[in-house]
Amino acid sequence: MKALLVAEYRDGQLLGSYQELIGFARQLGADCSMFLVGSGSALPAFEGTLYLADAAQVGDYNPDVHKQLLLSVIEQEQPDYIVFLHSSYGWDLAPRVACSLKASQISEVVEIKDGTMVVPVCNAKLRRQVTPNTQVTVLTLQAGAFGLAEPPTGSPEVKEVSTDAVGPITFTGYEAAEAGGVDLSKSEVIVSAGRGVGKPENVSIIEDLASALGGDYGASRPVVDSEWVEHNRQVGTTGQTVAPKLYVACGISGAIQHLAGMKKSEFIVAVNTDKDAPIGEVADVLVVADLKQFIPALTEKIKGG
Amino acid sequence: MKILVCIKQVPDMESKFKVDAAGTWYDNADLAWRMNEYDEYAVEQAVQLKEQAGEGDITVLSIGPDKVKEAMKKALAMGCDRGVHVSDDAVSSKEPYQIASIIAAFAGDKGFDVIFTGLQSQDRGSGQVGVLVGELLGLPSVTTVVDFNMEGDSVTAKRELEGGIRAVVKVATPALFTCQLGLNTPRYPTLPNIMKAKKKELLTIPVADLLDVDPRQQTAALFFPEKKGGGLVLEGEVGDLADQLVQILKEKTTVLS
Repeated sequence: MKALLVAEYRDGQLLGSYQELIGFARQLGADCSMFLVGSGSALPAFEGTLYLADAAQVGDYNPDVHKQLLLSVIEQEQPDYIVFLHSSYGWDLAPRVACSLKASQISEVVEIKDGTMVVPVCNAKLRRQVTPNTQVTVLTLQAGAFGLAEPPTGSPEVKEVSTDAVGPITFTGYEAAEAGGVDLSKSEVIVSAGRGVGKPENVSIIEDLASALGGDYGASRPVVDSEWVEHNRQVGTTGQTVAPKLYVACGISGAIQHLAGMKKSEFIVAVNTDKDAPIGEVADVLVVADLKQFIPALTEKIKGG
Repeated sequence: MKILVCIKQVPDMESKFKVDAAGTWYDNADLAWRMNEYDEYAVEQAVQLKEQAGEGDITVLSIGPDKVKEAMKKALAMGCDRGVHVSDDAVSSKEPYQIASIIAAFAGDKGFDVIFTGLQSQDRGSGQVGVLVGELLGLPSVTTVVDFNMEGDSVTAKRELEGGIRAVVKVATPALFTCQLGLNTPRYPTLPNIMKAKKKELLTIPVADLLDVDPRQQTAALFFPEKKGGGLVLEGEVGDLADQLVQILKEKTTVLS
């Protein structure tokens, strides 16, 4: 069984997530080769063939160019699996490759069970075991689902690949994340507001508890998208990654993107009306209650000593 | 300008789910249904695009049993002009490639200038359908869009990458865009617009007229994840809960000392 792993490189950096691809291939028991549009000066540690396209020549991510490069490598390599991360890159590129290959794509694999792939359903409340009907299968892996105990070692045998493909989409530049202001990574206590706060006026309930605990307040994505809390307080994949002594998640269901930003907190309290919310997976204590009643009561007790 | 927006009806994610009798999907009974959250952004962007252009015709398409018309009516009340309901009682067993093939078969000869879809559905979450529709139609597709601006036939879109970084791309229409959360602020339909929506065209097409491909994958089993960790679950009266939690925080953390 052969797996072609698709590593990622952005803005001059090889992304460390390539190690998760190797971790997955080991669990699957597959021989692996790797594909990277990157640089010879930032090679992944790995024993095997690395098909390398020079990012300096190819330019920043262009779906059609990367697709053509990858298809030419697949043609040579004839893998059974083509494995991406379930990232903005994998999201974009994997279905294009699957479509060209007439292959099945299984998205956001979290586990291999009896040799088949398991993916989350309904915001991770359920799991689904999926079997492909095609010879070749394209996979995307959930970030963090397949790690390695030790970083991989070795140096790959590099085979250079290139293309003169162009596509209809033109990349014009990157825009940095909104400049900070609030660095939550230094906070010892963070109280975060999720969709469960219900309306912008209720954010003050969260701020009051944060202040009573001598900490800062944060928010999950939907609250930031609704502009109830500014983006520089967002915790999660597209915001900040935090690990305070205490994290209180208020009305946050626990989407994987949020969990990725806070699950390393020392002690996690979740307050949610839904006892089955995925936030319960990482919480040390889950308080099943309406935050609008519970948080003010808690704030009073803490202030009262 | 002809615009297509593809939407899905999904259960409310706070529902209490049960596995169905076949053991391959969730049981559809006793669930509250709504428009897939990502698709609300797609509908809103379509309506804003028409408003900005001062002209346009928006078709909203959804695949599923009769009840998906509820989500379609919301889209019509938000400002879509006409609905196409692809009638399919077995939609939950269709995999992403089949869904994309159905949409592509419908859209193939219609000459849409812009197609919007959600980035992914909240239930299945494959994140494939939009891109596959683009590939099947031979149209460029731009994914994870958090900003959209069209001038003439040129679109400048911002794609959300990890860490809040955005990639800015340009593409000429016809093209397809998959919408990420936060792209815009989806409007609430007003009562007059809900009334008007009832008079809008809602065409039904049987799925068999559009589906001509076999599934490339299938679900072997659907199940609940094993509970990991084993955190403490507290339930009861709010005052008691607050007392209990303060006690726990005193014992297990140093933040109250």
